Amino acid sequence: MAMLSFEKKYRVRGGTLVGGDLFDFWVGPFYVGFFGVTTIFFSFVGTALIVWGASQGPTWNLWQINIAPPDIKYGLGLAPLKAGGLWQIITICALGAFVSWLLREVEICRKLGIGFHVPFAYGMAVFAYFTLVVIRPVLMGAWGHGFPYGILSHLDWVSNTGYQYLHFHYNPAHMLAITFFFTTTLALALHGSLILGAANPGKGEVVKGAEHENTFFRDAIGYSIGALGIHRLGYFLALSAGFWSAVCIVLSGPFWTRGWPEWWTWWLNLPVWR
Amino acid sequence: MSAYRPSQLVRGAALAVAVLVLSACERPPIEYVQSGYRGTAMGQVYNPRHLATQADVNVAPAALPPAGEGTPAAKTIYQNVPVLGDLSAAEFTRLMVAITGWVAPESEGCGYCHNLANLASDEKYTKVVSRRMIQMTQYINATWKQHVASSGNPGAGVTCHTCHRGKQVPANVWVAERPPGPQGGSLGNRVGQNNPVRAVAWSTLPQDAFTPYFLGTGESIRVAATTALPTGYVDTLNRTEKTYGLMMHMSDGLGVNCTFCHNSRNFGDWENSTPQRVTAWHGIRMVREINNGYLAPLASALPTHRKGPLGDAPKANCATCHQGAYKPLYGTPVLADYATALGGAPPATAAAALRKGGRS
Repeated sequence: MAMLSFEKKYRVRGGTLVGGDLFDFWVGPFYVGFFGVTTIFFSFVGTALIVWGASQGPTWNLWQINIAPPDIKYGLGLAPLKAGGLWQIITICALGAFVSWLLREVEICRKLGIGFHVPFAYGMAVFAYFTLVVIRPVLMGAWGHGFPYGILSHLDWVSNTGYQYLHFHYNPAHMLAITFFFTTTLALALHGSLILGAANPGKGEVVKGAEHENTFFRDAIGYSIGALGIHRLGYFLALSAGFWSAVCIVLSGPFWTRGWPEWWTWWLNLPVWR
Repeated sequence: MSAYRPSQLVRGAALAVAVLVLSACERPPIEYVQSGYRGTAMGQVYNPRHLATQADVNVAPAALPPAGEGTPAAKTIYQNVPVLGDLSAAEFTRLMVAITGWVAPESEGCGYCHNLANLASDEKYTKVVSRRMIQMTQYINATWKQHVASSGNPGAGVTCHTCHRGKQVPANVWVAERPPGPQGGSLGNRVGQNNPVRAVAWSTLPQDAFTPYFLGTGESIRVAATTALPTGYVDTLNRTEKTYGLMMHMSDGLGVNCTFCHNSRNFGDWENSTPQRVTAWHGIRMVREINNGYLAPLASALPTHRKGPLGDAPKANCATCHQGAYKPLYGTPVLADYATALGGAPPATAAAALRKGGRS
């Protein structure tokens, strides 16, 4: 694969976390590294196991394929392969692949001498997954509390898990997470439309720069956070969304067993007006 | 870059809020009862510390020793015993003693209902009411076996204690309430909702979860669409929220979550639901029947201080019997020891008693 003219300057040696120079090479445009190899390994094994699991199931319908976690009775032990053990191995593979990818991002950051913003952001997503399939099940005492791997089945799990707490919209951390998710999309919509507007001027006009962009939002809403600021804000909003998602599910069960509306009785029972 | 440090005040406030919010929570370990296929999240989540306190208040009292044999019928000895006259005198007396323990253990004893100088007199309203309540108990045990003797624990049944638990008025009854906030105009009118009350498990849902479903003809609670697209669907958001309010009460009253009866992928579909939903279906109808036939008509017999602010008699809902347990008294077969007296007359007699009771 031909190398682009500017690509050379990104091909920096070193910065690896493990393996020294052994895996410090590129395949085409892709950096490999030790964690690239482990990513490939875990991804392949995990995906193959999902396909094998599907072959043992009742359907090949992509929507309905379901790799379910073990029954609760197996607790935090290993389950028979076809009774949830497969889910356990696939979970190990998934975490292996996700964490490998995260560390590969760290290596690339080290090569380029840049901050760890990208792996940190990705790490928040991995953390949310880890919370769902490891932290919460461990706190509740059984791997069976993890969510099933399947397009529709995981949605059913989400729905029923929500209704185990009667009305999930009263979960305070869920409120925060939803608010951050929506605000993230709002910020992205504002930012994306601004960039599209500036980069696609009317016929015969030049592409607009930062002054036009700032002026637009100062006129429209009285304030412009700026070209760098919007990315910091977006980063904060998106990571907060993922973080509070993880919090809202780890609270449900380990730290609250009843309906979420009832949790708010602490407010009703404040000594001020009780 | 200026070094920004939050003041002590802000830190203190943040700490106070954090402590407050966390102290509102519970902690592991938890208990879980799986009821669906693995990975479907069909199951009950319990705090064992809460269950322990629940278990203590849901213990059935020891039954009195069996009545002696060979005594004549109560009606040959006592006057004015239209409902229990066919019991043997010994069984009759045994029931009277039991009821005293169930309903009025700490007050006047027999004198709570009876004029002690003339036990046959109906002058105390409590006696009139308790006679009707005995009829109601018989009616429930005889007619609502689908609910009170449901699968898994045949013959559990109910006695006066199931609801009363040693109190003159059961702890969980409901009366009509004035809606919250000012009425009439739009300003401040909360249209019967947005008021955190236990009836709807402290949600903002319409707070009168009972009148529409547990009284009169009973509204349908079926609000789930049966088609993927909203073709010809006529139900309103308001009716949906009212149903949700009732369901909140059922969950709170039984100490269970929605997945006890429903798979939330399709609430209305019986194929996806658990057997408990069938029991609950009968339960809704049972509560409506006893409210219509027995409890609401008592308003004419009750003194004002026993009635609600709008003048209606206290009525039953799911929590009246269940009191936070998925089965009242966790399914203890309480009727077995009093089946002769409270097991219910044959249907014909029950219907006659019902007519006599002036059911509209």
